[in-house]
Amino acid sequence: MATTLQINGETRTLEAADDTPLLWALRDEVGLTGTKYGCGVALCGACTVQVDGVALRSCQMALGDLEGASVVTIEGLASPEGRALQQAWRELDVVQCGYCQSGQIMQAADLLAQTPKPSDDDIDAAMWGNVCRCATYQRIRAGIHRAAELLEA
Amino acid sequence: MTKRLSLARRAFLATAGGAGVGLAVGFRIEPAGAVSPAAETAFNPFLRIAPDGKITVIVKHIEFGQGANTGLATLVAEELDADWSKVTAESAPGNAELYANLFWGGAQGTGGSSAIANSYDQYREAGATARAMLLQAAAERLGVPASEIRTEQGQLIHGENHLNYGEVAEAAAALPAPTAVSLKPPSEYRLIGESSLRRVDGAAKTDGSALFALDLQLPGMLYATVAHSPRFGGRVASFDGSAAAAVPGVEAVVEIPSGVAVVARNTWAALKGRDALDVTWNDDAAETRSSATLVGEFLELAERPGAVAATEGDVSGALAAADQVVELTYEFPFLAHAPMETLDAVVRYTPGEQVELWFGSQAPTIDQTTVAAMTGLEPSQIHVNTMLAGGSFGRRATPNADIASEATAIAMALDGRAPIKLMWTREDDIQGGFYRPIYVHKLRGGLDASGRLVAWEQRIVGQSILAGTPFSMLIEDGIDLSSVEGASDLAYAVPALQVELHSPTVGVPGLWWRAVGHTHTGYATETFVDALAAAAGADPFAFRQQLLQDKPRHLGVLELAAERAGWSSPAPEGVHRGIAVHESFNSFVAQVAEVRLDDGRVKVERVVCAVDCGRAINPDQVRAQMEGGIGYGLGAVLRDAITLTDGYVDQQQFDTYEPLRIDDMPHVEVHIVASEEAPTGVGEPGTPVIGPAVANAIFAATGRMPTRLPFTNDGLV
Repeated sequence: MATTLQINGETRTLEAADDTPLLWALRDEVGLTGTKYGCGVALCGACTVQVDGVALRSCQMALGDLEGASVVTIEGLASPEGRALQQAWRELDVVQCGYCQSGQIMQAADLLAQTPKPSDDDIDAAMWGNVCRCATYQRIRAGIHRAAELLEA
Repeated sequence: MTKRLSLARRAFLATAGGAGVGLAVGFRIEPAGAVSPAAETAFNPFLRIAPDGKITVIVKHIEFGQGANTGLATLVAEELDADWSKVTAESAPGNAELYANLFWGGAQGTGGSSAIANSYDQYREAGATARAMLLQAAAERLGVPASEIRTEQGQLIHGENHLNYGEVAEAAAALPAPTAVSLKPPSEYRLIGESSLRRVDGAAKTDGSALFALDLQLPGMLYATVAHSPRFGGRVASFDGSAAAAVPGVEAVVEIPSGVAVVARNTWAALKGRDALDVTWNDDAAETRSSATLVGEFLELAERPGAVAATEGDVSGALAAADQVVELTYEFPFLAHAPMETLDAVVRYTPGEQVELWFGSQAPTIDQTTVAAMTGLEPSQIHVNTMLAGGSFGRRATPNADIASEATAIAMALDGRAPIKLMWTREDDIQGGFYRPIYVHKLRGGLDASGRLVAWEQRIVGQSILAGTPFSMLIEDGIDLSSVEGASDLAYAVPALQVELHSPTVGVPGLWWRAVGHTHTGYATETFVDALAAAAGADPFAFRQQLLQDKPRHLGVLELAAERAGWSSPAPEGVHRGIAVHESFNSFVAQVAEVRLDDGRVKVERVVCAVDCGRAINPDQVRAQMEGGIGYGLGAVLRDAITLTDGYVDQQQFDTYEPLRIDDMPHVEVHIVASEEAPTGVGEPGTPVIGPAVANAIFAATGRMPTRLPFTNDGLV
């Protein structure tokens, strides 16, 4: 019933049921609400966080399986990729309602860490699982390209 | 007899308010927006200035992505001569006396793409009034005439003297407000029309700090989920909550009018508790028909005359005399809005005193009056705090205030012992009704021997969104205007026209879905025009051009889109083009879609969009709304449908109701018509045009018009 893990670089011990999805542990127990609920079944990507450096759907990760894990949420995203994406998102006004954008940025940071100069096809493949009902997809693509440029500079 | 009706929503709620349908106006709530945070000075209900010069614009419309916060802030900042980097926006509280939608006759709410249009004068005047007061205060401070002081970027300037607005804000706000102010001539605009302005909410929405209703946590708050009837109109017959109550963390299981609520110490426990519920439903009053049955019934109705929504000339005679008659029948499915943030609300109920609500309230006046009636409190005791919302597309504006009333019902069942956060799951959302209703259209058009359009007959069948709601008096002579808008006011010149409507009763709640009636009328009329053009042997662009000679704004966007798309030159190898033009909410949009078809797979590669929305306040946001509106409309026509089997919804998640994904998104380019006309809306008008533009490209490629939506029903993927 207690899980100790790193969240945004801080060691936290959470008293919550082992089967609690990381999503709800982050939101309800830790108060990190930038990670969003969209579907609860890994079909939309709104809850994407990094676990041990990999972008994953926090709605599918049981807290009890995360003992010792290192979790980064949008609030703690400080990698060069993350910073560049946030800057690019602001420059290009990617957001509309904004609800899915934490997940979009977390997923895009993962993409840029692996593929510093992604093509449109790379972007579509990596971002396919992240739904935006405002359909900001064109600007998401442009934002990722712009972040790649910023990182190169 | 000539009778053409169109739904102008500026008259819509105006009528509702005037008829006194429970849309109480004139009550006063102490609004958060008028209570200045420490040291900030309120100039009027729309504007505060802090000592450091920070400008806060209080926005009376919900921000759910469409850019209302940025747009209304721009209007104030323009006349204020504010420094845009110091401008922020916050949502106004529910208070119709201060924050009514001026097109809605005294009610506060957001809809019909009206936020900018109704606020254009009001918010500019708010900025101009404050600027005049700042000038006067600076004049007194500096001992010079106000006429010698100029304003620029949040500064009051007289010779070498510079005063920041914040330095004189308190003194300025204490002065009497001028009774009349003059507004800038558009030639002096620095912010309105400027593409480089960034959104005021852009930063908070990229670092996780933007607060939505789901993000609020109040001390002692409990979390709630609700089990709803799986059939629409079903009621709780009985339930066994013992297993749910045994789930660790579950605090209460209570019956409420809309179902059975599970209240717990966290979301996960509330979800698990709901899974453990055993509810028996009473379906005596439930809708038990299948959607296929409904479509079949509607197709039969389409063969019979309906209520006349528009008529001109002798359509029967003209059809009988026509050289060619073209006939098409269309089927449109139920559509869910599926905003990324599902319905949710935080409520704190103090029995006998007040209800505080925090949620994405799209129609605060309806929410306040509904919750007041439930609790026996006055509307002024219902405090609606509008949060940023993760999309809506119409879903958050329900005539029965569904989410506010459900949250309040739970709080009442617990006698207000704890604040409650209610959350709907995605399954609740997809299966929760309030869909764009099913519609069937049957069209017959006549062409004379020279290919001229001589007759247009359109019969529309579909449930009324307005029937049974507080707005039902807006059904005129049996015509729900929201069912026929976009058809009864057909833009094309035709000597004989008749539009008829059947409004069968369906037990599934229907609702406006981004662009409302235009979602089906725009598709039917614009694809039918292409079918007529083909029968006439005419180019679809030229055919439209000739029929729109008296419609300069339609013609303007049509020609602009065609020109920028290179309509007159051949499309790239394997690419097919389709064009469509449609007016909705007083804005005019034309689109050319470039489509590739590969074994029935529809790939929309490029969309060229032209929009005339009057003066574009934030051109980049106009582009963003066209891009988003196109994506939203495209996802629906490609593959989205809610279907029922014996009254049960077949879809429940994003796998079976799959939104547009990034690889479906075409390259969109938007061209804005330069205009001196008053600004109109852009949130909805991009959506109804993309479906027919793509369908017309498919028609050009295959000779077969997709008429049973979504395209997957027509053998396309």
